[in-house]
Amino acid sequence: MISPDDVVTLSRLQFALTAMFHFLFVPLTLGLSWILVICEAAYVMTGRQVYQDMTRFWGKLFGINFAMGVATGLTLEFQFGTNWAYYSHYVGDIFGVPLAIEGMMAFFLESTFIGLFFFGWNRLSPVKHLMVTTLLALGTNLSALWILIANAWMQNPVGAEFNYHTMRMELVSLSEVFFNPVAQAKFVHTVAAGYVTGAMFVLGISAFYLLRARDTGFAIRSFAIAAGFGLAASLSVIVLGDESGYTTGEVQKVKLAAIEAEWETHPAPAGLTLFGLPNQAEERTDYAVKVPYALGLIATRSVDEPVIGIKDLKRNHDLRIRRGMKAYEALVKLKAGDRSDAVLLQFEQHKADLGFGLLLKKYTPRVVDATEAQIAQAVSDTIPQVAPLFWAFRGMVGLGFLFLFIFGASFWYLARKQLAPRRWLLRLCVVAIPLPWVAAELGWFVAEYGRQPWTISGILPTHLSVSSIEASQVWTSLLGIGAIYLGLFVVEMYLMLKYIRLGPASLGTGRYHGEATTA
Amino acid sequence: MLEYDTLKLICWGLLATLLIGFALMDGFDMGVAILLPYVGRTDEERRVAINVVGPTWEGNQVWLVLAGGAIFAAWPLVYAAGFSVFYYALVLALCALFLRPVGFDYRSKLANPHWRSFWDWGLFVGGLVPALVFGIAIGNLFVGLPFRFDDTMRVSYGGGLLDQLNPFGLYCGLVSACLLALHGATLLLLRTEAAVGLRARRAAMVLGCLLALLFILGGVWLAGMAGLSLQSQGEVAKALTPFEKTVTRVAGGWLHNYGRWDWLWLLPASGVAAALLASLSAWRGWRWAAFLASAAAIVAILLTAGLSLFPFVLPSSMDVQSSLTLWDASSSHKTLWAMLLVTAILLPIVLLYTSWVYRVLRGPVTVETIRRDSHTAY
Repeated sequence: MISPDDVVTLSRLQFALTAMFHFLFVPLTLGLSWILVICEAAYVMTGRQVYQDMTRFWGKLFGINFAMGVATGLTLEFQFGTNWAYYSHYVGDIFGVPLAIEGMMAFFLESTFIGLFFFGWNRLSPVKHLMVTTLLALGTNLSALWILIANAWMQNPVGAEFNYHTMRMELVSLSEVFFNPVAQAKFVHTVAAGYVTGAMFVLGISAFYLLRARDTGFAIRSFAIAAGFGLAASLSVIVLGDESGYTTGEVQKVKLAAIEAEWETHPAPAGLTLFGLPNQAEERTDYAVKVPYALGLIATRSVDEPVIGIKDLKRNHDLRIRRGMKAYEALVKLKAGDRSDAVLLQFEQHKADLGFGLLLKKYTPRVVDATEAQIAQAVSDTIPQVAPLFWAFRGMVGLGFLFLFIFGASFWYLARKQLAPRRWLLRLCVVAIPLPWVAAELGWFVAEYGRQPWTISGILPTHLSVSSIEASQVWTSLLGIGAIYLGLFVVEMYLMLKYIRLGPASLGTGRYHGEATTA
Repeated sequence: MLEYDTLKLICWGLLATLLIGFALMDGFDMGVAILLPYVGRTDEERRVAINVVGPTWEGNQVWLVLAGGAIFAAWPLVYAAGFSVFYYALVLALCALFLRPVGFDYRSKLANPHWRSFWDWGLFVGGLVPALVFGIAIGNLFVGLPFRFDDTMRVSYGGGLLDQLNPFGLYCGLVSACLLALHGATLLLLRTEAAVGLRARRAAMVLGCLLALLFILGGVWLAGMAGLSLQSQGEVAKALTPFEKTVTRVAGGWLHNYGRWDWLWLLPASGVAAALLASLSAWRGWRWAAFLASAAAIVAILLTAGLSLFPFVLPSSMDVQSSLTLWDASSSHKTLWAMLLVTAILLPIVLLYTSWVYRVLRGPVTVETIRRDSHTAY
């Protein structure tokens, strides 16, 4: 499937693997940081030692996770330059800005205060330490905001314009980039998913202690905080995910159609396909089970707007590719120095479709001489593989509802003080620990794979974005980074499990399970 | 909004500030890691050295992340061509940098001596390799890098895998490692006592003199190398592509800025003086003076490199016209302006809370403090 000397595929593979690996650590950081704030706020308000111990113990696990997040984050930033040089040149003028702001506004904040979180306990008053923890949490969340503003611009490139002289996209409006509707929807959905992850982590581990009947005072309090926080988070992740669906429907019509396997434009309001087998070759979904009206309501917030199907989108893309060829033809003349009014006019009229013209570069370097068959091929490229998106999306949504159930049931039985006899629920909480990660990775898969064949939607095709490096270079980095990541992951899991098994006794306070025998 | 050419110049200064900030702040973290096998003979001594930088190193690495992001935003072409042409070097530096967060955080979480020794070496590699790689990268700027642009601004490369390991590049790697190790040594001198402090003092005395010598010889070497000279450049107040200038290769070209502005000689001279002063202060036991002198050496030496290249930022050896200058590598007017505003607002805040954190965490780190906080210390 993967050609061993295809730099584009290899670079995509490397970016996908390193990004997904990085996102094993990010959601837990996002969610757990607020749980630390809640625990510590409880300590400051009640003055009860157990809440400080909770902050410190969950903080220890936070630290083990955070180190991996820091180690793996740098790879993503560097990779834009090393593997995606043309991308970096083409859109750095816009894309670099949120990245730089992320560093200054967010990453500095979290990284500076994390040290003080661990080492400041005896040097700061409780209130000041709580402030440090809050700034740490704020930093991690702001970091997600700026990264998602950057990512949202790849999905919906607003506030920028192509400059034929410098051959790149240039900033027109910073506020449009910052207030990109996709960014807002993505940010709230992503951090809410992080909160679910953090809550499930604490909930599951606390359930494990409760099942073993150890450190129950510590565990039940942690369980309560996680259940409450997780319930709110899982409700938001679903509601905000729906919001995300709405903005996708507005600006990323291809992704929406692919996720829903909507081949035809049906009369409004569109039905939602619950299940079915998408068949890309014949452009239909076999055995589809549909819920009437639902998709139309989610995607258009109305009963009279249709959801455009893939076949119609392709017809539109065919037109845009042909206009893109005109734009490219004019661009070549402009680059050669012909600035006559006719050429400028032709360029201005068609430049919005330049990106679609560039899709043809894969088949013919001159673009303007593309045959009908090549155009048809480029049109078919504009639709990503439907089946993986269709299934990944359903997996994510299904898990979302499962989380709502787990947090809801946990909260319910806890509030009614009937938790201890519900061992099935506690066991479910333990088993469910890894699932938020699965949901988060599926979500990113939908977002990024669903953007193909573009790195910047409608502007820059993926196959043009890479550096003109050798496949051997990518192989070297892929294998080297992969090997180190694998080793670090084993070490991280070992430490994490060891400290989870030790429990709050790892703080060495002498107050917890198993300490009486050693102390 | 400021004029476009003024902004381009200011942003050169901004990026220089961020890169120097990285070398100053993360420099001593890397330096301490480089010295770790020498200053720490026992586990507790090594923990002393690690805990001098441990609580704050993470914030310091953000200078690197920020410098990267700022180059991406302000000089996209430099980011594109520079990062991809240094492909292997950066992947190597990355792989070494992976070991740092994990090394700091995981090392003391288990008592097993093999485990601890493994991460001690991990931290050493995580300090030494990036210090060498960044030095080699700077050296290669003077040698020139094998890249060129086509008319769509796509970068292509020439040359082989090991070209960047040329003698001058390697030499600059050595200077860089020496400089950062000195900075680490003076920090240890400032923050620790007893055996670790004594060894740090000895290291600082030797490294300061060595640095001064290496830096002078490096300058002599550079004087004998061919450099680039910007013969003409399109209108700098406008958006430029690299093709709108004429560049020639000239003998001794990297020193001709010094011919034009004699006051520039103050920079390398201060670099040498600061390195020697660090050495002298360490010998006399003036801890703060030694630390400030090594910091001054970093500023002076990096500015020397930057201003010798000026106005070039990424010279090409393959096609001199493709060399990037601050005039034709810059982002659009709007983006530079945005970067300047954002930095002017946010960086002072960062400096403010960073200095508060350092103040809270001040005080010596000794074997006794490590024993007392054994459960929480790195």
